[in-house]
Amino acid sequence: MSELNSKIPTGPLAEKWDNYKEHAKLVNPANKRKLEVIVVGTGLAGASAAASLAELGYSVKAFCFQDSPRRAHSIAAQGGINAAKNYKNDGDSVFRLFYDTIKGGDFRAREANVYRLADVSRNIIDQCVAQGVPFAREYGGLLDNRSFGGSQVSRTFYARGQTGQQLLLGAYGALERQIGLGNVKMYARHEMADVVTIDGKARGIVARNLITGELERYFGHAVILATGGYGNVFFLSTSAMGSNVTAAWKAHKKGAYFGNPCYTQIHPTCIPVTGDYQSKLTLMSESLRNDGRVWVPKSKEDAKAIREGKKTAADIKEDDRDYYLERKYPSFGNLCPRDIASRAAKEACDDGRGIVPSGLGVFLDFADAIKRLGVEVVKARYGELFPMYQNITNEDPLKTPMKIYPAVHYTMGGLWVDYELMTSVQGLYCLGEANFSDHGANRLGASALMQGLADGYFVIPYTIGNYLSSEIFTKAIPTDHPAFVEAEEAARERAEKLIGTKGKKTVDDFHKQLGKIMWEYCGMARTAEGLTHARKLIQDLRKEFWSNVNIPGTLNEFNPEFDKAGRVADFIELGELMVIDALDRNESCGGHFRLEYQDEGEAKRDDENYAYVSAWEHTSVEADPILHKEKLVYENIQLQVRSYK
Amino acid sequence: MKFNLKVWRQKNAQAQGKLVDYTIENIIPDMSFLEMVDVLNDNLVRKGEDPIAFDHDCREGICGMCSMYISGRAHGPHHAATTCQLYMRSFKDGDTIYVEPFRAGAFPIIKDLVTDRSAFDRIIAKGGFVSVNTGQAQDANNLPVDKADAEKAMDAAACIGCGACVAACPNSAAMLFVSAKISQLALLPQGGPERNNRAINMVNQMDEEGFGNCTNIGACEAECPKEIKLTNIARMNREYLVASLINE
Repeated sequence: MSELNSKIPTGPLAEKWDNYKEHAKLVNPANKRKLEVIVVGTGLAGASAAASLAELGYSVKAFCFQDSPRRAHSIAAQGGINAAKNYKNDGDSVFRLFYDTIKGGDFRAREANVYRLADVSRNIIDQCVAQGVPFAREYGGLLDNRSFGGSQVSRTFYARGQTGQQLLLGAYGALERQIGLGNVKMYARHEMADVVTIDGKARGIVARNLITGELERYFGHAVILATGGYGNVFFLSTSAMGSNVTAAWKAHKKGAYFGNPCYTQIHPTCIPVTGDYQSKLTLMSESLRNDGRVWVPKSKEDAKAIREGKKTAADIKEDDRDYYLERKYPSFGNLCPRDIASRAAKEACDDGRGIVPSGLGVFLDFADAIKRLGVEVVKARYGELFPMYQNITNEDPLKTPMKIYPAVHYTMGGLWVDYELMTSVQGLYCLGEANFSDHGANRLGASALMQGLADGYFVIPYTIGNYLSSEIFTKAIPTDHPAFVEAEEAARERAEKLIGTKGKKTVDDFHKQLGKIMWEYCGMARTAEGLTHARKLIQDLRKEFWSNVNIPGTLNEFNPEFDKAGRVADFIELGELMVIDALDRNESCGGHFRLEYQDEGEAKRDDENYAYVSAWEHTSVEADPILHKEKLVYENIQLQVRSYK
Repeated sequence: MKFNLKVWRQKNAQAQGKLVDYTIENIIPDMSFLEMVDVLNDNLVRKGEDPIAFDHDCREGICGMCSMYISGRAHGPHHAATTCQLYMRSFKDGDTIYVEPFRAGAFPIIKDLVTDRSAFDRIIAKGGFVSVNTGQAQDANNLPVDKADAEKAMDAAACIGCGACVAACPNSAAMLFVSAKISQLALLPQGGPERNNRAINMVNQMDEEGFGNCTNIGACEAECPKEIKLTNIARMNREYLVASLINE
C-alpha cells in the first residue's frame, strides 16, 4: 500500500497557509483569460469558487442539475456559520476553533487543513457581510452570535433559521454578476456524465442536457467538482431529492481516490419517520438545542403510555423525566456534538423509552426557554423553524415539545484531496461536502457552510493558480479529441443499457431497498458481521438493478426517471465501498460506531492502528478496491479520548 | 383518502397540452402533496405510462424549485407554504384537484408541470448583488447596521425565487420578486453605492423578459410562500423613480 502525498507545507502550523500563499506560483492577468475552468455544482463551494475565479479573470463554465444555480441544497442549511471572530470576548481564537473542529471530528482530520479553515473563517464573515447578507444583529448594529454543538464559545453567525439560504444567495449573486459580465457561462439543468482525462490530467467533462437528453462535451484546463454529499445513499436523509454522488463517483472511477466513505453524519434533531410513503426527512436545526432540552421519560411505562396516546408530555412530572444529555454530559449538556447526541437518542429508544408510535423518537422541549425568555423571544430566535415543524406534524412546539429522532444529514467522506484540494487526478479538484477534507469522523454544527465557502472563496483561488501556471502553454483542446469521443460513447452506452433493461421494478424500489440495507447495517451502529452481510446484499442488488430496472420514456427527452436511475446505479456502487470502508476500520470514531469497539456506549478509537485517512482506489465494479493510507500526523495537539462530560 | 386529479400534461414546449384525469386512492392525510404525486407517478410507471414531470428538490420549502398551480392557487390552498409543504390534510376526501404549471409568458413550459424560470436569473444578473470581489471586504463589524433595517432586509431576502407571485398575478408581473432583491439591498448600507443603477437595470431586464406591470391587485403577496410584502414594490418604485431622476 502506497503513502499518499498530501502536500502539506512545512513550517509551524499557524504559518503554513501564509507560507504557501507567499510561494505559490501565479498566473498573470493576460494568461488567466486564456485558461478555462469548469465548475460542477453551484452550492456554497461551487458558486463561490466560480465567482471568485471569474473575478480573477479565468474563463469559467459552471454546471448545475437544478433549474437555477440558486437552488443548490446549501440553501437548506438552517442554523449558522462558525467564525473565530471572538466578537463576544468569550475566549475564542483561531486555535480554539481549529481545536474544537479537530476534536469534534474525533481526531481523524488533517491538522493543516483544519487550521487553515479556522483561519479563513474570519474572512468569510467579512466577505458575506460586504455582499449584503442580512446576518442577525444586536441593537447596537453589530453582528450577533449564538452557540452550537461541540464548543463552549459563541461563534456562530446566523440569519434567522435561513443562514444557508442567505449565504448561498450571496454567492449566487456574485456568480450571477460574473455571468452578466460574460466571465462565467452557466449551464443549468445539466448533469455531469463523466470526467475527461487526457495524459493523466482532467481536461473537461461530458454533461447530459437534462431538457433534451443530449450528451455535450466541454473542455477545461482544470475541472472543479463541488457536487455535495452522498447522504441519499440511505434513500431517506435530509438531503434534497436530487442530491447525488454521480459526479464524484464518475471521477472516482476515472482515478480519483475516495476518502473515508464510511464517515456519515446522523443528525440528532430531525422529524421522526412516520410512514413508507415518506420521500425525505426534515431537519430541525441544531441551534434549537441552545434553548431546547432533550428528554425521555425515566420509566418505560410512561414512555409506553405516551406512545399509546394515553399520556402526553405534560403528564410526566419533572422528576420523572430523564434529560439524558444533561445527565450524561454535564459540561456540554444539550450542546454535545451530533454523533454523541444521536447515539444517546438511539440508546434511550433501544431501552424502550421512545415516545412516538414507532418507538423511535425523543422530546425536544422549549417549555423552560419560554418560561425564561417569553414566547416572542423564542419565536424570533428560530424564525421559520417552529412554523415548519408545525406544518409538517400538525403540532405546535410552543405548546407541546417537539418530537425528534436522528437522521442521515451529512457525509464527512468524499473524494480524497491534498492540501491544494486537488484529487489524485491532476487538474481535478474537489470542494465542499464532496471532498473528505476537514471534518474527520464527525462534523460540528455550523462548520459545513464555513468549509464550503472557505474552499470556494479563499482556498481554490490560490491553489488552482499554482497548477494553472504550468498550463499557460496548453491551448484549448478541441472536443473532438478521442478522449472526449470515448467518454461520450461510454456514457451513451451505459444510458442505452439502463433504459433498455425494461425490467419489473421501479428505480425507487431499488433505491428504497438500498437505503434499508445501508441504514440497517451501515447506519448508527455497525458490526463486522452485519457489514459483511450487507456487502453481499448490495452486490446482489446491483446485479438485480442492471437486469430488472424499469425506466419509462426515451433518452431524447426530459426524463427525470432516467436521471434518477443513473444516480441510483452509482449509489449502489458507492454503498458497497462504504461498507468495505466501515469493515476495514476496526475502531469506533465519530459517526463511525462499531459495536465491537466501545467503552460503555462511548466510541473507542484505536489511534495506534487507525490514525489514517482511508483513500480507496477504484479497480473495477466486480473487484476489490485498493486501500491507500494517509497517515494522520499530529504535531500540535495531543490525541485524547474525546470527552464532553 | 381518495382524490380526482386533473393534471396538465404537455409532452414538450412545442406540443399542445391538456388536462388529464387521474384517480388516486389510499392517500394518508400526513402525506405531502408531492408525496401524493410520487405515489401517482409510481402507479403510472408500473402501468408503463409516462410519469408526470414536475420540479422539486429540497422538499422543505426553501429551494424554490417546486411550483404547482393547485386548484387555482399558486402552491395550493395552504397559506405561506410551498407545494412541498402542502399536506393532504388540507383537502377533503373525494376532492377534485386541478394541477397546472406556473403559467406566464416569461415562464415557457418545458414538460408537464415543469417551466423555465431562467428569466429570474437574468434579472438578478443585472444587479441583484453588491459588486464586491472576494478579498475586498473590511472587518464585518466596521459596518454597523440598524437592527430594524437588518430585519426588514431579511424579510425581503427571504424570497425563494419560486415564481408564485408571477403565476398568481393576472398581469404576470414579477414585481414582488424583483422588488424583494432591490429592497434588501436598498435597506442595507452595503447596497448604497449601486442602488440607482441596480433599480434601473433590474427593472429594465424585467420588462425585457416580458413580465407585466403591477396594478395593485395584491395576489402576489397573498400567494407568496415567504410572505414577502407589497411594501417592497412601493420601495422599488421609489428607488426606480429617484434613479430615473438622477440619471436624467
